[in-house]
Amino acid sequence: MEDERSFSDICGGRLALQRRYYSPSCREFCLSCPRLSLRSLTAVTCTVWLAAYGLFTLCENSMILSAAIFITLLGLLGYLHFVKIDQETLLIIDSLGIQMTSSYASGKESTTFIEMGKVKDVVINEAIYMKVIYYLCILLKDPMEPHGISQVVPVFQSAKPRLDCLIEVYRSCQEILAHQKATSASP
Amino acid sequence: MGLVSRGAAAAGVGAASAVVRPGPPHAVPHPIPTPPPEGAALGSSRVPGMVLKAFFPTCCASADSGLLVGRWVPEQSSAVVLAVVHFPFIPLQVKELLAQVHQAGRVGLAVLGTWCHRRQEAEESLGHFLEGLGTIFSHEPWLQLCREQGSKLWSCKATRRQVPPCPGAPYEDQVMLVFYDQRKVLLSQLHPPAALPDCLAGDAAPSAGGLAAVFDTVARSEALFRSDRFDDGPVRLSHWQSDGVEASILAELAKRASGPVCVLLACLLSLVSAASACRLFKLWPLSFVWSKLSVCEQLRHRLEQLTLVFSTQKAENPTQLMRKANVLVSVLLDVALGLALLSWLRGKDRIGPLAEALVPVADHVAEELQHLLQWLMGAPAGLKMNRALDQVLGRFFLYHLHLWISYIHLMSPFIERILWHVGLSACLGLTVALSILSDIIALLTFHIYCFYVYGARLYCLKICGLSSLWRLFRGKKWNVLRQRVDSCSYDLDQLFIGTLLFTILVFLLPTTALYYLVFTLLRLLVVAVQGLMHLLVDLINSLPLYSLGLRLCRPYRLAGHLPCRPPGGPCQ
Repeated sequence: MEDERSFSDICGGRLALQRRYYSPSCREFCLSCPRLSLRSLTAVTCTVWLAAYGLFTLCENSMILSAAIFITLLGLLGYLHFVKIDQETLLIIDSLGIQMTSSYASGKESTTFIEMGKVKDVVINEAIYMKVIYYLCILLKDPMEPHGISQVVPVFQSAKPRLDCLIEVYRSCQEILAHQKATSASP
Repeated sequence: MGLVSRGAAAAGVGAASAVVRPGPPHAVPHPIPTPPPEGAALGSSRVPGMVLKAFFPTCCASADSGLLVGRWVPEQSSAVVLAVVHFPFIPLQVKELLAQVHQAGRVGLAVLGTWCHRRQEAEESLGHFLEGLGTIFSHEPWLQLCREQGSKLWSCKATRRQVPPCPGAPYEDQVMLVFYDQRKVLLSQLHPPAALPDCLAGDAAPSAGGLAAVFDTVARSEALFRSDRFDDGPVRLSHWQSDGVEASILAELAKRASGPVCVLLACLLSLVSAASACRLFKLWPLSFVWSKLSVCEQLRHRLEQLTLVFSTQKAENPTQLMRKANVLVSVLLDVALGLALLSWLRGKDRIGPLAEALVPVADHVAEELQHLLQWLMGAPAGLKMNRALDQVLGRFFLYHLHLWISYIHLMSPFIERILWHVGLSACLGLTVALSILSDIIALLTFHIYCFYVYGARLYCLKICGLSSLWRLFRGKKWNVLRQRVDSCSYDLDQLFIGTLLFTILVFLLPTTALYYLVFTLLRLLVVAVQGLMHLLVDLINSLPLYSLGLRLCRPYRLAGHLPCRPPGGPCQ
């Protein structure tokens, strides 16, 4: 079962949440971030090139112009490959684990997998940063202390969806976690 | 369950008989036909039982019907399938093979269930036959996977024969099928992070958490994957190497050659280290010189590293192997860079001009130092110095400098020979050449070191004297027995002389302090240059190039985990 809804992130940009229910024990949530806007790209390029032209008129050295072109190209490639995240995916498989994938604009994918044995709970936390921000995070168990938490792993860090989107994801995750706890508790 | 006699099994009942079904078909609870599905089979009980995870290799998805062989991990309730044994087989030989692999890799394998790949429409008796196998190889729970030819629908069933301990628990478990790429899992060498302190070596492998157990199982059962389908073994297996064992000629040759080469090099290295540890080198002047030269330190370090690499013991775990590989690669890089340096030096015959330029540079440095001392003897930076002390110190250092210049001029005919030998030592590695260079710099700036020592000693004496006389001025004294300052009553003449000396020292302080400051700064400059060279040497020594190369070229070998993909594609 697959459906798609659109939400907005904390800055007001549009996000698309795609939910896929493969089975009662396997669900995937895919958040697509807003694309790189042509306007900001043009603005940055124009600024850099105008600055380079200004320097050129001062120094009369044409290497500055070629250097500016290289810098712009390399900067754009680096931004697309290392910074700009297109899509963030959360895949929950009951009794196996939780996987978070970030796919960058250049096609690179980086994944993190957390085993179900280490997951204590999935919660929505509040953070206060000029205003109140909500974020979804995974709490990991502490091997030393049975009731302690060793790590808090935030999810959807670059998409930054708002509370309504987070609540949808939270409900589905809790269903699976509850089912998993029930089966692990019973013999 | 239909019983199949041993005779029939031994005669090899072919898979191509007739029809039929193994259990309740189909696993897909939801309308999308995008399997292979994760969700489990089962029409029967919907009571939530333990989910059984079955890890199935992707290479066996197209294999013929047969038996599933692998390891059952009860703690995670997961079955790791390693290979499929095809018909015909003799159960005794299968058990022997499993015992062999168990001995080789200390991992307990068993027959986990049956795999049915139906190629024709109706194969009834195959189903009965497969069920019958469950009585020969008993295993709890018994896994039954089935697939139709050309279709993407699978069925998975796990049954338990015994009466479950608590009533109400189902006979059949839910099965979650996870596909994994055997080759990548084997090559990624994901092993349990640390053995538990209370686990015993031997048959029971330390129970690792979660997925690390899967990877560990696959890595340990390498003995199972050694034969491919072209070998005439008693048992026919399907696994990732069954289409041909992966090997490279160079790797095999290197493995064969490495044994005798290691033995030979280990002997040579032990001879060298025995020679260097002999008593002759422990006599006083030589041992002092050895300890000061950084090139000896570097050579000793390299000797230790090479002994480690070429030792005849095999590496026990992947960490040690990685360490050895890193050391070997760094030694090779070092030698390569050294040879490049050597060829550059010899290429345009640069040694001559370099040697000729060295003596004028040393002269120039000495001249600059002379100017500095003249400046200090005048009124440096507008400060007024004590004339007499200034002249004494200035003349003393100038004389020293003069001695040094004559020494350099004495050495100048031999410089070219020395440089040539230094260049030759670059064969041993760039680090050795850099260490020798740093030692040469230390020797050439020995006079700066001497000036620094004189200035520091003088300053130190002055400060000691000043502090002790300051105490006397206040009527106190340092009690050596009690390590503290006590009051003391001095005689009048003691006080008088003490105060006089105190004032003299105080007024001479700026001069001495200035000399001390200048020479300390010069010494710091030299130390900074030497430190930079040592930093470079340490970088070449300790950079883990092999691991970096692995990360760039074969990242899956260093993987911490492998990504999963949801159904619609194979899950790894």
